[in-house]
Amino acid sequence: MSLLAVDDLSVSIGMVPLLDRVSFSLDRGEVLGLVGESGSGKSLTAMTLMGLLPLIGGRITAGRVRFDGIDLTTLPEPAYRDLRGQRIALISQNPMTSLDPILTVGAQIDQASRLHAGLSAAAARARSLDLMHQLRIPEAVAIHGQYPHQLSGGMKQRIVIAMALAGDPDLIIADEPTTALDVTIQAQIIQILCDLVAERGLALLLITHDMGVVAQACHRVSVLYAGRGAETGPVHDIFARPRHPYTKALIGCIPREGQAPGTLVGIPGMVPTAFAYPKGCRYHPRCTAAAPDCRTEVPAGSIQGVGGSIVFCHHPLEVGHV
Amino acid sequence: MFGYFIRRLLLLIPVFLVMSAVVFAIVHLVPGDPIDNMLQIGSSPERRAELTAKFGLDRPLVVQYGVWLDRVFHGDLGDAIILKQPVVSLILANLPHSLALGGLALAFSASVGIAIGALATFFRDSWFDRSVMTIILMGATVPNFWLGLLMILVFAVELGWFPVSGARSADALVLPVLTVGLGGVALIARVTRAAMLETARQDFVFMLHAKGLSKRQIYLGHVLRHALLPVVTILGLKIGWVVGGAVTIEYVFARPGLGSLLISALNQRDYPIIQGCLLMLGIAVMLGTLVGDLAQAAMDPRIRDGMR
Repeated sequence: MSLLAVDDLSVSIGMVPLLDRVSFSLDRGEVLGLVGESGSGKSLTAMTLMGLLPLIGGRITAGRVRFDGIDLTTLPEPAYRDLRGQRIALISQNPMTSLDPILTVGAQIDQASRLHAGLSAAAARARSLDLMHQLRIPEAVAIHGQYPHQLSGGMKQRIVIAMALAGDPDLIIADEPTTALDVTIQAQIIQILCDLVAERGLALLLITHDMGVVAQACHRVSVLYAGRGAETGPVHDIFARPRHPYTKALIGCIPREGQAPGTLVGIPGMVPTAFAYPKGCRYHPRCTAAAPDCRTEVPAGSIQGVGGSIVFCHHPLEVGHV
Repeated sequence: MFGYFIRRLLLLIPVFLVMSAVVFAIVHLVPGDPIDNMLQIGSSPERRAELTAKFGLDRPLVVQYGVWLDRVFHGDLGDAIILKQPVVSLILANLPHSLALGGLALAFSASVGIAIGALATFFRDSWFDRSVMTIILMGATVPNFWLGLLMILVFAVELGWFPVSGARSADALVLPVLTVGLGGVALIARVTRAAMLETARQDFVFMLHAKGLSKRQIYLGHVLRHALLPVVTILGLKIGWVVGGAVTIEYVFARPGLGSLLISALNQRDYPIIQGCLLMLGIAVMLGTLVGDLAQAAMDPRIRDGMR
């Protein structure tokens, strides 16, 4: 059984349904990319898995989330708090604002160890320094005593990663961990995360809007569009044979070597807001292959090909049609 | 931190010069003349000129300011014209009463105000939050001299728990401290609550939840700490109030203090006392702001590094 299994998860904030029957699963030692444009529900999925929906007035309306045999949808808050940071850790989008600005970064890593491993102040500090060494942070002792504003963005993100590792979690949810960083730092941070998965055998849910990152780091990918799943499957299969027109369009957005200037493509139109989701397949207004049934019928998932990809499309692209 | 301290200290010099010049000048803009109060009805113009010259009031204002400032630096605020005593000794005799009232009122407002603000935030939108914040809003809008009279009527006259007025015993402080302090409680509680709610919306607080901290750990260990930054600034400003801001309350409770001294001096146009008292208040406000700023710098590394 998978470490994390999300089945037909639906989430609303207030009266507005935002996630609609989203499913994916993730195992130890595996990196799953959760991909989509802004507004597709990626970050909301992260919040749901962290059990922090009440903070933004959200709730799970249907579906199940099982983590290591525990049903997270019915887990009471005190029990959830024991999971948070200790078994499921979050690496947030913006390291600039994720750290408490008036505490030293060292104290913030120490805090996680003391909270989850019950370590003394001295032991927690030693552990933090050890984690900082593992994350290739130079002069860990000096940095341990510095404040967030004194560090660069990449360094802060390493601190956030160290904080996430301090509880020795089984699952790390990284919500666009490189979006706020310089391009030169992005690859380093992704590499660090991939190494952690390989070395520690933890599961990584990598939320991103960048198909390039997915190709580089993930084993499997799940594409979300407007709060619904579009396509899920192994990365090599999906990149070689995208069956959902949206997936294909996303892959088409990756800049390629030797591409002529001015030929960079995007996807015309925008992700609809939750107040104005179109009927039928939510992608149909932007889809180049939309047929009449796409406007009225919600597509069900169908298993395609040998890789076991699941595609939510009435007219999946033919295999080999790249 | 040391560099910040020195910079802040040097900044006080121009502030002091401007403040003292204003203090000196302001009394000369007030209509009325102390010589008129001293002269008997029907005195000759020669007698009037003689007295004016004796107190140096015939010299140009700039010269009077220079002479006054020089004396101030030598600890001499002149002699009171009507009371005929050194102003410094009058101030020193009254200052301890003001410090006791203001200091206790400040400590009361800070401790109770922060506690109420923090509890109201922690139990946000509960009956506790709503009722306490409503009561506090009413408390903040009641003029405090009226509150003082009400306190006297209820706790001193009807119940007889505390003395009506004066400063002969320590329990005479209770009602004035409560009267002055309640306004501060309202202010501090509201600022604490607003600052905590604003902090609670920040990304790093969300991350603290994700880290697995309990709500209590987050609110007491992190959110309140941030909220104290604006509170400390306000408390620093209020230190000026410790010295003489309780003017009307000293009057209502017939207590000695800088406020009472200032009011009687104003009525009598006793320039040296007015100047001396205003100077003390100005210095208190300056030092209070300094203390507030230094406390903020001690709490927030971004201020020490000049980022804010």
